[in-house]
Amino acid sequence: MKIKQLSIFLQNRMGSLSKPLEVLSNANVNIRAMCMADTSEFGILRLVVDNPEKGKEALEESGFLVKITEIIGVEMNDTPGGLTNVLNIIKDNEIDLEYLYAFTHEKEGKAILLLHSDDIDRLISVLKDSDITVVQSNEVYNL
Amino acid sequence: MFWNEKIETMPREELEELQLKKLQATVKRAFDKIPYYNKKYSAAEVYPEDIETLKDIEKLPFITKDDLRESYPFGLFAVDIKDIKELHSSSGTTGKPVVSGYTEKDLDTWAETIARGLTMMGIGENDIIQNTHGYGMFTGGFGVHYGSHKVGAAIIPISTGQTRRQIEIMSDFGTTCLIFTPSYGIHIGEVALDDGIDPKKLGIKAIGFGAEGWTEEIRQRVEELFGAKAYNIYGLTELTGPGVGMECSQQNGLHIAEDIYYPEIIDPNTRKVLGENQPGELVLTNLQREGMPVIRFRTKDLTKITYEKCGCGRTHARMSRITGRSDDMLKVKGVAIFPSQIEKALLKVGDVEPHYMIIVTRPGTLDEIEIKVEASKDLFFDGVKEMMTIQEKIGKSVENETGIRAKITLVEPKTLPRFEGKAKRVIDKRNLH
Repeated sequence: MKIKQLSIFLQNRMGSLSKPLEVLSNANVNIRAMCMADTSEFGILRLVVDNPEKGKEALEESGFLVKITEIIGVEMNDTPGGLTNVLNIIKDNEIDLEYLYAFTHEKEGKAILLLHSDDIDRLISVLKDSDITVVQSNEVYNL
Repeated sequence: MFWNEKIETMPREELEELQLKKLQATVKRAFDKIPYYNKKYSAAEVYPEDIETLKDIEKLPFITKDDLRESYPFGLFAVDIKDIKELHSSSGTTGKPVVSGYTEKDLDTWAETIARGLTMMGIGENDIIQNTHGYGMFTGGFGVHYGSHKVGAAIIPISTGQTRRQIEIMSDFGTTCLIFTPSYGIHIGEVALDDGIDPKKLGIKAIGFGAEGWTEEIRQRVEELFGAKAYNIYGLTELTGPGVGMECSQQNGLHIAEDIYYPEIIDPNTRKVLGENQPGELVLTNLQREGMPVIRFRTKDLTKITYEKCGCGRTHARMSRITGRSDDMLKVKGVAIFPSQIEKALLKVGDVEPHYMIIVTRPGTLDEIEIKVEASKDLFFDGVKEMMTIQEKIGKSVENETGIRAKITLVEPKTLPRFEGKAKRVIDKRNLH
């Protein structure tokens, strides 16, 4: 259920994004989704890949600082208001979201929203109770 | 103009005789009254009666900042606390600070050295001195204060900061002499210019500066800004405070008050005493201090000494501007910082010592310090908020340890240069030497 996301520490400078991506490509690790949180000095690159363990190992071998963080993915309608619906449920249950990002894939009319909260187990149960589809991690890895 | 013509122009032979007498008395008192010296000299099998010539001082072991620290707080006092009139402490926060104790007579000796220097600068009873050195445990403020009283000038004990008020007071009170660190002085001058006030028109006659590194270019800038000559002042809390060396009108080296301090230059590696004009580390001895005689203190400051008679008529030796340190201490905003302090501060935040680098710059006129810290498993979290918190924590820890606010930048692992052997932790981009 929980998706293993790679969080990579990067300095905010020209070209710093290309090196870790190159490492993953050489290790034949495929990126499913990504987002970047940045400040003026550093950034945290967050990646969902097809093989998180392998990705982490390859990155660490190249000297990167990597952590595996657990996130969840939910399916939402790829229509106006699809995101709001999910967020309202989370808000109404007073769960603090740390960050989120979303992507679309082959499944027509649907998008996947990736969420991180310190209270991830409650997040899962709240969403399930509201009939939101929490996608299986394998489904995201093997899109 | 001399404050104490007889002493300041004394023929060298006579001066050396006087120094020997004072040295013998100092060593004897230290040996008799202070267990530290008694133990150390006995272990080295050197005794007060072995000091028959000035050169014999070389038989005595050195004393270092660590020795002083181990004697914290009053272990090196030669008198009872009832005879101590004032206590100061060095800003150095590496471990325990160094305490300096003064009897009434020591305060007078201190004032005497500053009075000589103020007289060299042409400052006397008709002058108004604005002292921007901090008043407190730091010796800079009070040293100048007592010297000013001695020459009969009027002193404004304004301390550092409140720059606009400084300028207002300069102008309203008719300040004729400024005491500042060069970078703060330039800052005052530039703020005045921004406010449409020409610092040259404030009527400043002389400037005394010290407590941080500077270059001839910086001096020129200060002199141009204020239209007055700027004189270097040297000293250190361990020995008493400012006033060890002061510059005369020739601006060609600082006269060491040789009847009060005995200077030597050593090779910091071999610890052998070097000759005239040979650059090395300055070693100082108190020749007339009651409260806390310090004998052969390794200052770690690099300079050289000339004994040639000065154009001003003084016979006392002159040391050149400090050109560096024999250890890794650096001065930022006038405050002494050791990389070991930064290390300690970092260790307080994470369990493991991270790789780090200190970068000191002076983008305008004021020092800035940045500490680059390699992020590690301990210092990495998935949230930007947590990362910012870590930077703040490191910043606070550094401030607690050093008293200085530094910019903290987390960088990727293994991106800071590695050195074989002793790591180079400091990049000083200020070009002070």
